[in-house]
Amino acid sequence: MRETSSKTNTMLNYSFLIVLGFIMVYPLIWLFASSFKTNADIFGSSKLLPTTYVWDSYALGWQGTGQYGFQDFFINTLILVVPTVIFTIISSVIVAYGFARFEFPLKTMLFSIMIATLMLPNASIMIPRYILFNKMNWLDTYLPFIIPAAFATGAFFVYMMIQFLRGLPRDLDEAATIDGCNSFTVLSRVLLPLCKPAIFSVGIFQFMWTWNDFFNSIIYISSVKKFTVSLGLRLSLDASSAVSWNQVLAMSVVSIVPCILLFFFAQKYFVEGISTTGLKG
Amino acid sequence: MSASHSVLAKAQKKTRQKVKAKKNYQYIGLLYIAPWIIGLLIFQFYPFLSSLYYSFTDYNMVSTPKFIGLDNYKKIFTADPDFYQSLKVTGIYVLLAVPVKLAFALFIAMLLSAKLKGINFFRTVYYLPSILGGSVAISVLWRFLFMKEGVINNMLSYLHIGPVDWLGSPDIALYTLGLLTVWQFGSSMVLFLAGIQQIPGDLYEAGAIDGASKPRMFFKITVPLLTPIVLFNLVMQMVNAFQEFTGAFVITNGGPMKSTFLYALKLYEEAFSFFKMGYASALSWILFIIIMAVTAVIFKTSNSWVYYEDGRG
Repeated sequence: MRETSSKTNTMLNYSFLIVLGFIMVYPLIWLFASSFKTNADIFGSSKLLPTTYVWDSYALGWQGTGQYGFQDFFINTLILVVPTVIFTIISSVIVAYGFARFEFPLKTMLFSIMIATLMLPNASIMIPRYILFNKMNWLDTYLPFIIPAAFATGAFFVYMMIQFLRGLPRDLDEAATIDGCNSFTVLSRVLLPLCKPAIFSVGIFQFMWTWNDFFNSIIYISSVKKFTVSLGLRLSLDASSAVSWNQVLAMSVVSIVPCILLFFFAQKYFVEGISTTGLKG
Repeated sequence: MSASHSVLAKAQKKTRQKVKAKKNYQYIGLLYIAPWIIGLLIFQFYPFLSSLYYSFTDYNMVSTPKFIGLDNYKKIFTADPDFYQSLKVTGIYVLLAVPVKLAFALFIAMLLSAKLKGINFFRTVYYLPSILGGSVAISVLWRFLFMKEGVINNMLSYLHIGPVDWLGSPDIALYTLGLLTVWQFGSSMVLFLAGIQQIPGDLYEAGAIDGASKPRMFFKITVPLLTPIVLFNLVMQMVNAFQEFTGAFVITNGGPMKSTFLYALKLYEEAFSFFKMGYASALSWILFIIIMAVTAVIFKTSNSWVYYEDGRG
């Protein structure tokens, strides 16, 4: 009796998960399918599959309408994202090491400040930051993204790394010190290899956030030549009013493909990773 | 005499050692956190304070800032109806989106905590929308789905409902945007999931022996033990919701009739369309004070509803 009830429970759980999951993901499936539709199909039909297939939406959308196409926007985005991710990883590992392993004056206070900046609304510093970057001649470059990343301004990432490092036994450090390591080689040779899961999480998060970022891109980047994918997508949305919506949808698909691929390859670190390392204590 | 003397000496030596141990700072730690301190001062602390200064000035990025005292604030409160509109809309948005999102996140986390085969696959699928959430692509998608002649209305027409003007009606557009953010419940969900998995199983076993029903165990065991995570999620989502921008900007551009003119859009418009930097700084300080006040209230009341395992609560 008990067994059958637990079996029905399992079945119920599965069907719930499947139905709800399908509803969750349906918009994405629709997006993909509709990139092959005609305008008439996109509007006024609730069928998922196209009645007439349009095959050139990706090629035409990729070329773009103006002087610059999505190839340029993709390259730009990579030029912005890759250094940002690398600097974020390096700076958060180093700072987290300082917090996790050493005692120094005002440590508790500094740590509290860092946690407080987690909650500091971006809106309250973006204007003076913009003025500051203007004075430094950084507007319309990618420096407003890259340089702050090199100074560990992402408190979330530092905190994640600290939590992870705290979980690694200190005996390792001591053993390495006895073997003649200094504090930096302890980090680079002993701890760093063990930090791989956390480093992956930080890198993937920062990649996706920067890749998808729209607000900072729109305020800092003004010339179309330097547009990121987000900006390019919005440009095509404005430009192609009443023309070929399938191209806009196709480019929307293309713009999220890197994130989806990365997510599926790294999902082991993602959902599992942050649940075990990210928020203990 | 000598015995007591030596005891005293020992004690003194001990305290001296203790003091020494306490002062045994490894200053190299400061070196490691130095990049963060520099970044904090240049990219966070200085901007934070200078925006307070700019808020008392008239500054258009070209001429030098002109000190005008409280004029910006006066104008905001007395002569800017858009300010009140954006405040109202943002308030509704926060009150609506945050609780629904957290409730949904908790519900899904409960579902995903079941020990089922292939559960990791489902976790991945449910997290996916949050990965893409804030992107322009998803805003584009949303715009198409919820257009008057879009898919959602087409589906509803089979049920003889609608058409609903999801994005074109001032009464509804804000709720449609709220729906979009609920769709991105993943990050809260993951934290809930982690919390649920840390709850010791014997608590539920004890509950089952006592004959407690499942809903009762949920409200008496699961929810209380998750309250610290509820608090964290609540604060973070609230701070984010107050600053929501991309969806409202790309999907509705604040319209129709300013019904989705969220505070971040108002800020953006003043700062980056009109380049009224002083005025926008004043707006940003008002937002900051509001967020801090709401955070303070949440923390103040949290003592009565957040459960701490060590009995602090």
